[in-house]
Amino acid sequence: MSPGRSWATALRVLRQLRHDPRTIALLLAVPCVLQVLVHELFAGRPQVFQSLGVPLLGLFPFVAMFIVTSITMLRERTSGTLERLLTTPIGRGDLLVGYGIAFAFVAAAQASLVSVLSFGLLGLESDYRLAVVALAIANAVLGMALGLFASAFARTEFQAVQFMPAFVLPQILLCGLLVPRDEMAGWLQALSAVMPLTYAYDALARVSRGAVDARFWLDVVVVAGVTVLALALGALTLKRRTP
Amino acid sequence: MDPAISVRGLHVVRGGREVLHGIDVDLAAGRITGLLGPSGSGKTTLMRAIVGAQVVESGDVTVLGLPAGSPVLRSRVGYQTQAPSVYPDLTVTENLGYFAAILGSGSAQVVDAIATVGLGGLERQLASTLSGGELARLSLAAALLNGPELLVLDEPTVGLDPVLRRDLWETFHRLAADGATLLVSSHVMDEADRCDDLVLIREGAVLASGTPAELLEQTGARELGAAFLALVDGAERGGSR
Repeated sequence: MSPGRSWATALRVLRQLRHDPRTIALLLAVPCVLQVLVHELFAGRPQVFQSLGVPLLGLFPFVAMFIVTSITMLRERTSGTLERLLTTPIGRGDLLVGYGIAFAFVAAAQASLVSVLSFGLLGLESDYRLAVVALAIANAVLGMALGLFASAFARTEFQAVQFMPAFVLPQILLCGLLVPRDEMAGWLQALSAVMPLTYAYDALARVSRGAVDARFWLDVVVVAGVTVLALALGALTLKRRTP
Repeated sequence: MDPAISVRGLHVVRGGREVLHGIDVDLAAGRITGLLGPSGSGKTTLMRAIVGAQVVESGDVTVLGLPAGSPVLRSRVGYQTQAPSVYPDLTVTENLGYFAAILGSGSAQVVDAIATVGLGGLERQLASTLSGGELARLSLAAALLNGPELLVLDEPTVGLDPVLRRDLWETFHRLAADGATLLVSSHVMDEADRCDDLVLIREGAVLASGTPAELLEQTGARELGAAFLALVDGAERGGSR
């Protein structure tokens, strides 16, 4: 592992984004617009926004980074840049950590902006605002790690895009955001128990209610553990020798 | 002197089909070897095996005295893939700056590499806005950054105008004179004259190897294109007998 090579990779990914201002604008503006829509949708029932606002804020970066990473990684694979990199001294871990740094940075910008909007203008309340942003960044890195792993199974960009509904939507449906988990059928509860987003959502919901307890920390450990596991599995899919 | 590259009994299977059928070849150090053959003859697969990017079925590939793909070789071998493998959404300098950081080179090497491939004046241009020939040269520059002992270049001069091709071949000879070993593939026979040694491959097997003069003498042909045809005809007659 080499911090210099990770850092160079992070800078490279961020420079690629900088040359694509429209993507930056979309990454920053879309979560804000969605948050405003949710706020207006429940204008007559402000308590709903109070309970949805924090989890949504923390889940946007997960979805965004999942998509961005799976496409970026697929482009590295198909353009030959990955093959070139893997004939150089860069370690596979260096590459993945570089991606993680870059997307954590983007997630921090994204989550900070939605936070300022939600807490400042939309009247969302939480005693743990910094924790919300920190969880949003952690979820972004989780999304990145899962997106990276998923990209190994995509041969085309069409497939990579379809991984969003395939990998991400079921997790959003079952994580407890729409229906509390204890009201779900038993098999759905069992399914949601093996989905990492369930724990990411639970941590955010607990922060939102002000219940930072042992279960909250367990959630954080699960999210971190799954991130490390997905990165390790992702590293295994970066083969120096290919058929 | 030990050969820079030694390939013994190399078999490679791709997509369920054997594409290299037992290649045996030695490449002399400090020389430019041209790997010539028609499209689909296995040139890229052989080069990928040499840089350690190819899963091989059987056989040995030794590079600079080490098994191909050894970790220490990654900083001693430069590889230019056939398709330009650079980031289209980065500028020329940003692309090379990134690869230099990975290879442990500095900004001086970036400036040198840009000059070597003749991309001066385009430093701040996005790779996606470069022409095909400029892209190919950017991809070549990325392989030159750390002054590798062995350069494996897959069709580096395809689609370039004659002046640029001549300039690049002068660069290759300068690098060889400085001690580097070069393996350069091409499917155009008129580049064969510029190489010190030639390896002709066809349908995954070595047809002939030697210096251009030796191949001319062996076939009695007046130029290398005719020599290649004579060797193909000879091999086919040999095969049908």
